[in-house]
Amino acid sequence: MSAIPTADCHQPMIELRDVCFSYKDQHVMKDLNFSVKERDFVGIVGSNGAGKTTLLKMLVGLMPPTGGEIRLFGESIRQFRDWERIGYVPQKNALNMLFPATVREVVTSGLFTNKSIFRRLSRDAKAKLDDALQVMRIEDIADKRIGRLSGGQQQRVFLARAMINQPDLLVLDEPTVGIDAETQDGFFELIRHMHQHHNITFLMVSHDIDRLEDYLGKEPRQQNGKIKFFVRHSHDDLDCGETNLQHSIPLVGSVE
Amino acid sequence: MEILFSDFFQRALLGGLLIGLTAPLIGIFLVLRRLSMIGDTLAHVTIAGVALGFLINVYPLVVGLVFAVISSFAIEKLRRAYKGYAELSIAVIMSGGVAVASFLFTLGQGYNTDVTSYLFGSIYTLGRTDLYLVGGVTVVVLAVVVFFYKELFLLTFEEDAAAVSGLPVKLLNMLITVLAALVISTAIKIVGALLVSALLTIPVACSLFLAKSFRMSIVLSVVIAEIAVIVGLIVAGIWNFAPGATIVLLLILMLLLTLVACRGYTV
Ligand SMILES: Nc1ncnc2c1ncn2[C@@H]1O[C@H](COP(=O)(O)OP(=O)(O)OP(=O)(O)O)[C@@H](O)[C@H]1O
Ligand SMILES: [Mg+2]
Ligand SMILES: [Zn+2]
Ligand SMILES: [Zn+2]
Repeated sequence: MSAIPTADCHQPMIELRDVCFSYKDQHVMKDLNFSVKERDFVGIVGSNGAGKTTLLKMLVGLMPPTGGEIRLFGESIRQFRDWERIGYVPQKNALNMLFPATVREVVTSGLFTNKSIFRRLSRDAKAKLDDALQVMRIEDIADKRIGRLSGGQQQRVFLARAMINQPDLLVLDEPTVGIDAETQDGFFELIRHMHQHHNITFLMVSHDIDRLEDYLGKEPRQQNGKIKFFVRHSHDDLDCGETNLQHSIPLVGSVE
Repeated sequence: MEILFSDFFQRALLGGLLIGLTAPLIGIFLVLRRLSMIGDTLAHVTIAGVALGFLINVYPLVVGLVFAVISSFAIEKLRRAYKGYAELSIAVIMSGGVAVASFLFTLGQGYNTDVTSYLFGSIYTLGRTDLYLVGGVTVVVLAVVVFFYKELFLLTFEEDAAAVSGLPVKLLNMLITVLAALVISTAIKIVGALLVSALLTIPVACSLFLAKSFRMSIVLSVVIAEIAVIVGLIVAGIWNFAPGATIVLLLILMLLLTLVACRGYTV
């Protein structure tokens, strides 16, 4: 399958203009110009140390670029406030195994944003939580402590947390590391479904070139330094009619 | 036995109960963010403030509190500069506090016994003013933890995630550190500067092994601290032991029992 070019029908969600980044003396990125439109699926590929994680961290506001400009949803990142529209799964969470939180508490924490300060959780929080737990097939371990889970199970918990707000944009840094092959297939099915039918835009770093090329085509849209960007736009408009994601459960294998 | 019904013992019990609530409440956020050592540091800095208070004849506990709050800002600044090596910033401030304290000691030779009461605690000399101060701090701590429970949870669990969710991470960090300064500087009159961090950390250390959830670990650590304070004060009162030390030894006993019961495994 080859990549379908981006249609000019949407506003850009992410715009990078001449973005540079360096850690003290080490240059990681130079003059990166790139834009992501609504309904794009962007696969980011590159060798270790290429700067992929650095790029994602800048995009979610964790580090300011040392040069250039980043705009999110049409706004400069410095003014941007709609953080609940973005779900982020960082690369390998450095988890404190003794932390006494349950899976339920961790997934729910995805709902705690700048908009929810001083407020109690809204009434549909419970429904959102159940939906997220079911999609990632972690209902059975919902009351377990996070430190008692396997690496793959923990990864599912962080994915569930990123999805609980039903974000417009999901930013995933190597989300399938530590997940078994069968579950990975299911996971790719799920994000493809979310991309094509649920109007979710993706930005995903992965070393799983085969699966990425399978969906995004073999030709990168762009290359900057050692980082390659593969893009596929979904203009299928095949809205499956479901507002929550539970119907796609069969797509992701169970925990056991 | 009649000591238990005396005015000063009742005041001690009330003060102890309030600290037994606030210390683990703040302690849990410090321990889980690997800032356990902050208790000791702020206590040492508070002593420097107390020493200055005696020297210039101003209510020592308040001067200590001001010192602790100021140094909590410094710790936060250093913590950010040495991201991931928070204990470094803590060590720097700690030795600074000890240096200032001992410098001030030598300036005002005469009041050494008074300062000692802050080092080892003197819960029986807790006055009305002290109680008001502890009460005020308790109200503030309770209000903040109840009000910002969600935000503090996320910040403690994963600071980056809190930042990506748009939470005011710097402000919340500051808030925790300042509250810690308030709690510690008021607690040193009760258990003493040398033992205060035990009250912040040991109840939490027990609850980490016993609790099934974050919410439950908060409740458990408060319960454990209150048991230690009540039983410790009564035992110390009857047999005339040092109250602060008795409380801490009870806490350690409870931790040992917890570890034996769980054989080192978490639930
Ligand atoms: N905190 C840091 N301080 C200094 N240099 C850093 C820091 N984090 C990353 N780097 C450097 O920046 C470069 C890019 O790192 P980055 O983590 O973005 O790579 P990556 O593409 O995500 O690699 P991987 O595939 O291993 O995850 C690397 O050369 C790394 O040494
Ligand atoms: Mg990376
Ligand atoms: Zn389109
Ligand atoms: Zn669907």
